Amino acid sequence: MPALQPGAALEITGLQKRFGGVAATRDVCLRVMPGERRLLIGPNGAGKTTLFNLITGDLTANAGSVKLFGEELLGRPVRARVRMGLGRTYQILTLFPDETFAHNVALAVIGPSGLGWRVWGRFAQRADVRAQADAALAQVGLAGLGDRTVSHASYGERRRLELAMALATRPRVLLLDEPLAGLSAPERETVSAVLDALPPDIAIVLIEHDMDMALAFADRITLLNFGGVVLEGTRAEVIADPRTREVYLGE
Amino acid sequence: MKTAVVVAVGLLAVPFVLPGTFYLAVASHIVVFALLALSLNILIGYGGMTSLGHAVYLGVPAYAYAVLTADGMGAGLAAMLAVVLGTGLAAVFGVLALRASGLGFLMITLALGQIVWGLSYRWVGLTGGDNGLRSSRPVLFGVDFADPVRFYFLLAGLFGVALLCLSQLAGSPFGVCLRGARDQPRRMRMLGHHVWLIRYAAFVLAGFWGSVAGVLYVWDYGFISPQTMSLQQSAEVLLMVVLGGAGTLAGPVAGAVIIMLVKTVVSSYVDRWASLLGLIFIVVVMVLPQGLIPGLLGLRARAAPMRPTPVRP
Repeated sequence: MPALQPGAALEITGLQKRFGGVAATRDVCLRVMPGERRLLIGPNGAGKTTLFNLITGDLTANAGSVKLFGEELLGRPVRARVRMGLGRTYQILTLFPDETFAHNVALAVIGPSGLGWRVWGRFAQRADVRAQADAALAQVGLAGLGDRTVSHASYGERRRLELAMALATRPRVLLLDEPLAGLSAPERETVSAVLDALPPDIAIVLIEHDMDMALAFADRITLLNFGGVVLEGTRAEVIADPRTREVYLGE
Repeated sequence: MKTAVVVAVGLLAVPFVLPGTFYLAVASHIVVFALLALSLNILIGYGGMTSLGHAVYLGVPAYAYAVLTADGMGAGLAAMLAVVLGTGLAAVFGVLALRASGLGFLMITLALGQIVWGLSYRWVGLTGGDNGLRSSRPVLFGVDFADPVRFYFLLAGLFGVALLCLSQLAGSPFGVCLRGARDQPRRMRMLGHHVWLIRYAAFVLAGFWGSVAGVLYVWDYGFISPQTMSLQQSAEVLLMVVLGGAGTLAGPVAGAVIIMLVKTVVSSYVDRWASLLGLIFIVVVMVLPQGLIPGLLGLRARAAPMRPTPVRP
């Protein structure tokens, strides 16, 4: 094993996941620096979302190591990883549809705090929590919409709310699973602008099929296929590589 | 605030409105079971965990109280120890039951309930077996609560305190997290919440308020037997919650009122009262599947915009 290289925000080595006889993730190594924008690409079933689930702990890895700023994540429960600075959005929206925007984000605000154990006093009336929730909403361009109910919101607003919830847990590494999925062209513009404006100190790993947006966003690109890393490099390197064309962009 | 005043006045007015001690006794029984239903509602309504063993928390503290006071302990201390014991039991059972969710959770609570029921039935030396144990109305702080009206006020007072606490629960940070864990457990974990511990705390909290109801039960009935912890009793409380509307405060109380009225009052006029209860349940489930209170509120909300608007001349 090489000595720990200091500085990496997220460092994955030799990560394995099998579902029965199928290797969903095979010997994946990935190194993301603080503040880096990394794009994960690969065809459907390449194991991109599985990789996210292994990093967050939604799935248990069979072997390997995932380190967040040098600290091992594997073996820890999901909530502990979140408290260490890991955030994530879901490809399939996972919101509380009957509640307001502010309520959704406030649940994220109080997650890592001990506030969730109070059985007295109204959650909705906590000004400190509300202020933090409003700040997270403002970060994604939903300022002033805290009292809107999710079920009355447009799809683009929900996508941004999903992002605001992840931001409210104050992540240092943020995993975004297709944040543009299902959006109309104007909504894509809006969300892309929000992504571009995210704090530069947060390292972001992005899964996205919208190549125009994703290529402009990313510093480096990792190409996955059949659960393994095919190649990694700068934007120009990956686009120029014939394997990319072969695996992903078609013959 | 307005609701709180109405509820308090309503609770206090009961002895002056009802004719005779029989109906006052019925009202006392209703208060006990309303509290039990409210405690189960924490699990079912807010936590999404359907338990079929909740009568244990009615029975175990009741037994504990009867045994302790028979040994000469004072009513206040015995009541407190009984609640501690019941809550402790919930703390143990919660660890076992929360290994599963959904149907598995239901089956484990059912099995644990049956074990305790069997124990109360067979451990004759402690529980008196099928004959049960007698107890009496308490003397607290030098006040004798043998008088039915005075006892009713004691019940109503404690019920009021419980209602106040439980009314805070749903909107409190913990209540919000509990409902979050019910609807989106995976998301809640990803927001840094300890979903298992939230559910466990709810389980113990439900056990605590159930145990309070257990002490009120043995005070009220003056008698405890294995029947109190039977599967039928657990199912009946579950029915109260579902009938009235899980996840609301008024629902379980309404369910308790209806079921207790049918059991105690209607049953003196109708032989087939159990069939009547079944019929009520079927009708409510068919017409208002959310339960009586949410269903009626929903109907009212839907009716409101359909009211004919006055035609202007």
